[in-house]
Formats: sequence, structure tokens, C-alpha cells
Amino acid sequence: MTDKVFATPDDALHDVHDGATIMMGGFVTAGHPASLIYALKRRGTKDLTTISNNIGIGDVIDDLCEDHQIRKVIASFAIRASGDRRSRFEEQYRRGEVELELVPQGTLAERIRAGGAGIGGFYVKTSANTPLGEGKETRELDGETYVFERPLRAGFAFIKAWKADRAGNLMYHGASRNFNVPMATAADIVIGEVEEIVEVGAIPPDSVVTPGIFVDRIVQSEHRLVRWYG
Amino acid sequence: MASRLQGLTRELMAMRAARELRNGEVVNLGIGLPTLVSNFLPDDAEIILQSENGIVRYGPIAEEDFDPDLINAGGQPVTLQPGASFVSSDQSFGMIRGGHIDVAILGGLQVSTHGDLANWFVPERGGGSVGGAMDLAVGARRLIVLMEHITRSGEAKLVQRCSYPLTGAHCVDLVVTDLAVVAVTPDGFELQEVAPGITPEDVERLTDAPLRRSSDLREMEF
Repeated sequence: MTDKVFATPDDALHDVHDGATIMMGGFVTAGHPASLIYALKRRGTKDLTTISNNIGIGDVIDDLCEDHQIRKVIASFAIRASGDRRSRFEEQYRRGEVELELVPQGTLAERIRAGGAGIGGFYVKTSANTPLGEGKETRELDGETYVFERPLRAGFAFIKAWKADRAGNLMYHGASRNFNVPMATAADIVIGEVEEIVEVGAIPPDSVVTPGIFVDRIVQSEHRLVRWYG
Repeated sequence: MASRLQGLTRELMAMRAARELRNGEVVNLGIGLPTLVSNFLPDDAEIILQSENGIVRYGPIAEEDFDPDLINAGGQPVTLQPGASFVSSDQSFGMIRGGHIDVAILGGLQVSTHGDLANWFVPERGGGSVGGAMDLAVGARRLIVLMEHITRSGEAKLVQRCSYPLTGAHCVDLVVTDLAVVAVTPDGFELQEVAPGITPEDVERLTDAPLRRSSDLREMEF
């Protein structure tokens, strides 16, 4: 069986290139692939499009803005309506240096799921009659307005799970499944960082949430996120 | 605008909203003020809290032993209740859009007489993020908005038509404010309760839309 374990996060990113589109799992602190994102910062890759639930103050993804590595963000939560402090991303967004595609959270999750499941698009009521639904195809179904949404895919997905075996089977802890589970299905190269790497067979089949066929590379996590003070 | 009336505290607002919840209901609490509702859940009823980041049956905010993987949608550490389970975001929003959430309690910037909700973008600040609000607006079986009755600068938040960008159209069922409980009916706003010390005239003056008085109009009891 192919051993998918890489020695370091930096090694696992060897082919991540300028202009890449990268999905990054996690919801605030939960299931956030911090080690891979720090490795991406060290690598200095530019002109990135990131797809993640959130980018804000204290989020590791926001650190990528320090060296202007991000060109476009696709997220459900990026610019805050209140609060005096601004994230690096928000500063750059307000100066027109980066692009933002704001997507309702459920639509974002479903677009990613669709991208991994071979679905060409789907209709949801979410965002009908709102600015986020403007310009999109709509359809009246059963007397209600639905908005047509297209799938999302990426060149790379950064995933955080609890345990992996060397074949890439993943098991999650707590509320860390969030966007990691659909993102692991929707990218050409899926890289998982985990707290513990075990031998094949050590994760019971009943406990595998992401089967290893979705996962290309595994690395040992180097960072444990601490409390979020946003 | 007249000087600000002394309405309910944030805690009393949350307490009043919590009274809307019934035994066995699956409930999603939005970020901000609605989160406080979890402190006032009825002791004699089982309320199942769902958090859109993938927890079913979470409990009070965790004070210690912070686990970065156990947080609510606002990023706060939470505890789990017996029978808790975890789901991914796509499954969580399938629950939300699929009608499996009985009640959502969300914050609000404006609510219109037609039940339109604006709660994600503040034009004068040029900012705002949507998170899961639009999904909850279309998916929850019953939507309660918990918000101050007027803005800090004294403008009405219950309005004829929302001037802020919408979160959802025709989605709000009930509004609980520091001054009143107002239902959204096919005939517009209906004033059902006033806070202690507040008169129906006060509420009418601070509401920018017709406000019909319920035949059962009463003062809130705590």
C-alpha cells in the first residue's frame, strides 16, 4: 500500500504553485490546518485564490495577507460589520488590493460537496431576493424562488483531522469535520494534517469519516490552535 | 428623537426569547445576543441546540479546558450534552435548509412588516458578513429575531420596508425587543406584549410601520 506520509508540511506543498486555488478546511479554531498554512506562508506562494469558511482577525489564513499572497478569497465570513480592529485581509480589501466572493455558509458547503460529487449545479432558496443572489439564474419551484448555484473545485485542499493512517483514512475530533469533510472530496490534490499518524488498520473502518482514496498526502500537525479572542 | 426609554436588559431580552421554546424543539442560536438565550433555557423542557458548524446537542459555554475543536458558531468554547453528535458543514446546512431546525433565533438590523430580515450588512460601515444567516432565514421552521427596538442613534428597526440589504424575504415570525414582542402576521406587525414600564404608545412611536394591537395585548411577565 502506498505510504502517503510526508516528512514535513513544507515537503507536502512541493508543487503548490503561484496562482493556485486552495481550499482550507476549518471553522475558526476547529479543524483548521494551521501547519499547512504556515508552510504556505514560508513557501511564499503568491496570487492565490483561497476557499475557506472564514478569514478574520486571529485566523491563520489572515497571516497570508501579510506578504500579499492572496489575490481572491471565497468565504462566508470575511468583513465584519462591527468592531474597530480590522484583519489584514479587510485592510487590503478596502484598498481594493484583493477580491472577495462572499457566499452563504450553507451554499458554500454545498457547492464544495457538489464539486466533489460530480454535480453540475443545484437550486437553493438561500440568497433569493438578496444581494448575494443578484445576477444568478433563478427558478420558481413549488411556488418559491430558488437560486442556481455552481459547484466549487480547487487544485489543492488543506484538511485538518485528528488521526490518519498511512493510507490516508481520516478520523475527526469534535466539531472539526466542518468544511474538511466536503473539501477532502473536491480538490485535485488533498493534503491532510493530523495530530496522530497510525499504521494502516489501526483506525476501525466504522470510525473512518474520510476514506483514504480522497487523500493524497498526510503530515504531522505542528500547531495546536489556542483560544480565539476575536 | 425622545430620550431613550428604559427597556429590558440584554439578559431579560434573552430570557423572554427563551420562553418561546418548547419541549423537544431543535434550536439554532445566532451569533451575539441570541447566544445569551442558552443561559435561560427552561429547566423542565428538553431543548436541543444545533450549531451550524456541526454540533447537535451542545450545552453551556465552557469556562475551562478549552478544546479548539469544540466551539459554537461564534467561536466560543462550548460543552456537550448527553446524546451529542457531530456533523460536517454540508450535512449541518442540509439539516438547516431541509426543515430539521424548529426554531432559529437571530439578531437583526431591520425587520419589515412583510417579515423581511436585514441582519448582515451595514451600508454606512461598508461591511458585514453573511455566515449562515441566509440559510437559517430560509430553512428554520420558525424564525425569531432578537434585537434592540431602535438603533443607537434612535432610528426604528421595525420598518415598512428594509433599507439595508436583505438576509431573506418573508421569513420572520416574531420579533422580541427590549420594548416589546411583535408578531409578523399576514396583516403586518401585531403588538402582543410590552416591556414593564413601556406603553403601547411608546412602541408605536418608535416603530416605523403600522402596529396593530393584539386583542390580548399584555405586559411581559418575568
